[in-house]
Amino acid sequence: MMSPVYGLIYILLAPIAGGLVAGIDRKITARMQGRVGPPLLQPFYDVGKLFEKENLVVTRSQDLYALCYLVFMLVAGALFFAGGDLLLVIFAFTLSHIFLVLGAYASSSPYSFIGAERELIQIIAYEPMIILSAVGMYMVTASFFVSDIVVSSIPIVLYLPGVFIGFLMVLTIKLRKSPFDLSTSHHAHQEIVKGVTTEFTGPNLGKIEIAHWYEYVFLLGFIFLFFAFSLPIALLAIVVAYFLEILIDNTFSRVKWQFTLKSAWIIAGMLGLINLAVLYYLSGGLQA
Amino acid sequence: MIELAFLILFPAIVAFLLLAFKNGQVRNVVVKIAAGLIGLATIILLITYFSSGLVLFSVHLETAAEIMFVISLLIAGFILYLGIKQRKYLAVILVTIQTLMFIGIEGWLAKDVQQVSNLFIDQFSLIMAAIVGIIGTLICVYALAYMETYHAHHPEIPDRQNVFFFMVFVFLAAMFGLIFSNNLLWVYFFWEITTLASFILIGYSKTAESTNNAFLALEMNLLGGIAFAGAIIYLLIADPTGSFLGIEQLLSSGQALALVPAVLISFAGITKAALMPFSSWLVGAMVAPTPVSALLHSSTMVKAGVYIIVRFAPVLSGTTEGLIIGLVGGFTFLLGSAIAISQSNAKKVLAYSTIANLGLIVACAGVGTYKLVWAAILLIIFHAIAKSLLFLCVGTVEHQIGSRNIEDMSGLIVRMPKVAVMMLVGIAGMFLAPFGMLISKWVAIEAFIEAQFGLIFVAILAFGGSITVFFWSKWMGKIISVDPHVTREADTLKSEKRIVLYILAGLTVLICLIFPLISSSLIEPFVLSVYGQTARLSQDNIIIMAMMLFLLMIMPFSMLLPRNGARKVPPYMGGRPASSDMKFLGSMGVTRDVTLSNYYLNDLFGESRLLMAGTALGFGLILLAMIVLVGMIL
Repeated sequence: MMSPVYGLIYILLAPIAGGLVAGIDRKITARMQGRVGPPLLQPFYDVGKLFEKENLVVTRSQDLYALCYLVFMLVAGALFFAGGDLLLVIFAFTLSHIFLVLGAYASSSPYSFIGAERELIQIIAYEPMIILSAVGMYMVTASFFVSDIVVSSIPIVLYLPGVFIGFLMVLTIKLRKSPFDLSTSHHAHQEIVKGVTTEFTGPNLGKIEIAHWYEYVFLLGFIFLFFAFSLPIALLAIVVAYFLEILIDNTFSRVKWQFTLKSAWIIAGMLGLINLAVLYYLSGGLQA
Repeated sequence: MIELAFLILFPAIVAFLLLAFKNGQVRNVVVKIAAGLIGLATIILLITYFSSGLVLFSVHLETAAEIMFVISLLIAGFILYLGIKQRKYLAVILVTIQTLMFIGIEGWLAKDVQQVSNLFIDQFSLIMAAIVGIIGTLICVYALAYMETYHAHHPEIPDRQNVFFFMVFVFLAAMFGLIFSNNLLWVYFFWEITTLASFILIGYSKTAESTNNAFLALEMNLLGGIAFAGAIIYLLIADPTGSFLGIEQLLSSGQALALVPAVLISFAGITKAALMPFSSWLVGAMVAPTPVSALLHSSTMVKAGVYIIVRFAPVLSGTTEGLIIGLVGGFTFLLGSAIAISQSNAKKVLAYSTIANLGLIVACAGVGTYKLVWAAILLIIFHAIAKSLLFLCVGTVEHQIGSRNIEDMSGLIVRMPKVAVMMLVGIAGMFLAPFGMLISKWVAIEAFIEAQFGLIFVAILAFGGSITVFFWSKWMGKIISVDPHVTREADTLKSEKRIVLYILAGLTVLICLIFPLISSSLIEPFVLSVYGQTARLSQDNIIIMAMMLFLLMIMPFSMLLPRNGARKVPPYMGGRPASSDMKFLGSMGVTRDVTLSNYYLNDLFGESRLLMAGTALGFGLILLAMIVLVGMIL
């Protein structure tokens, strides 16, 4: 059963959780780089300040696209936490990213234009793997609905180890971590001009940051699904996975888009598909 | 019954009227009235047969068969004459073979044929009729204004508009004939007429290129026609009284008998639907005036190809041959989408996208489970509307800005806001949630998981689906990028064009809201009657998508909200001094223009390489199917 209450809780609490995750991320990253790092709540201070700034735009329509990005990210996440259809969640998630891309295109600025193209390449790099993850979960639990998957007592990750590794790989792309932070990076050592978000300032950039927080929580929730059979293991898995992402972020430098696309597809194709094929074979072709 | 006869005969009569009158004004009036009447008749047809299910009509017309025979011979003679004149000997050979087969069928084999129910109608025919009768006629009305401008822009092309509209209406008549015919001999007759009509329309401008491409289309479709004739011969040999010539009778006769003709006819469908390896004719067909492309891609021709394959889906379901046909479709979807990434010509992008989507429909039909047939019919509907809208938008833009290159459409939202918005609606309709095509892809994924060997198709959809995101999004990006130095162009859109575009854009959105209704009242009963079970989308999802659509529609109004001073600044130029008209100071004091152009990723998605792969795969698979088939016949 879908429960809108959880969706509502997500809408209210996800920015807080997401902001904290971002704060912890920055703290750990700083320690890895031998710095003290900002206070835990720094992301909130940053975004708060963004909303006090003047709204500079190249074209007015940027406001619309930034808002749509945030709104549809909310829709996708809320649908996920309310227990909706996983494929619909993924499509809504893509829709929201298209708005970010459109916002970058709208300004017709060279930097954000390149950022937009790269964001699109990232989308086509990660989307197949995410869809295959959903398909894998369907093959294990016989349902696309998050509400069914989450109450399943089957240890999904044991059936989908390849898919899970593939998912972690595209998670690096999704969280905009090195080496796949092509369209925009959190780190100044990767790029000084911020790719897809170059032309967003002030409140618009604030909206995009908040959307990212929502996105974090949604993606971590997706990891949760793999381990939904046991709450402690799931939480541990999320912590370990996220720590791993931070570690990867700080040990690799950015690669070219060709490598990103090819490696993401090859991993999705090899690990994901072979995993699913084995599962398919073992379950006797799923002929109901 | 009378509606069926009207829809087949009336466009044909109008066609001859249009051929006779060369006067532009007369044509204008006749086309509009005829389009209105055909649209009206289609709606009446929909209302009449809405809930009646399958109805067979035994039209006892000996003369009809004779007339068809004579027309077929005339067409063959005409193609022979043109082929010899243009030295297209492949076409000559193919048409000779086909004519001999046809004479063989009519002269010997079909002599003992008893009465077959010649016409029929069911929910699937109704859906197809609605597509032809509404979208097809809208395109005709649009073509009136388009062709006028077309000839003004191309004074070197002889004005043969009477032939043009003659062929367009013949096309519509043939499409109606094709979807209402139960007798395969009749289907074959109308099938060949669509081949001829597309041949003449593609070659309309009579340039060397268009003549070549027209013959390419002709040759490939004749090849399909030969397979079709082969299927009829097979059926007549199996039973000389022709009891299996009716589609309905054939479908209920069981796989043992129906599989061979089904595969042969599906091969004909593959050529007509321009799947790889036969995709080049549809890409070549873009030399024709844009309404022709719109017609070929959305409501006629290629839809005839997928229509017949979907009809035979129950026979193909679960067979090796069906799986192979499905794979041809699947790879066409994947490679067609990938090639579209590397194209900057808008019509070519649309062509490859059509090829890809037809591939997806055939993949669904080839695997042929009840859920997949349901998904395939949804795809046919959504694709027809969004693609016709897109073609007509591109045609309009091309006449205004003189280019069909996507790079030249930069800032279209400022230059031609209305057309740009409609184009955006069309593009969104092709790939974004919660619009039509995405819904169909989604249900196709869900349906494929449960099918045999479905995992291959799920993977194809996962990769192919995200590839489509790339080329549509970057096109959208070009349209909406607000270039400061472009200005709004004078609005010279003719009212016919404008109205047609508005209706199609409205339909694209509307269909997303009412598709559950179409599904429950037409598609589900059809699937239920064929398979005994049916698929549907869950209620929750429909509601959520309706909410998303609503949200998407109200979002633009946020622009109207008063806001506290968004200040406009020029884009960031890396610290370079830039002027407001997008020039910046380059090195050595040279002033340069900023030019932005999309990624085409030619190394990865280059047309020639992928096309070669697609041709090889397609040929290989079809060859495999033929070998399996020959093994079965022997």
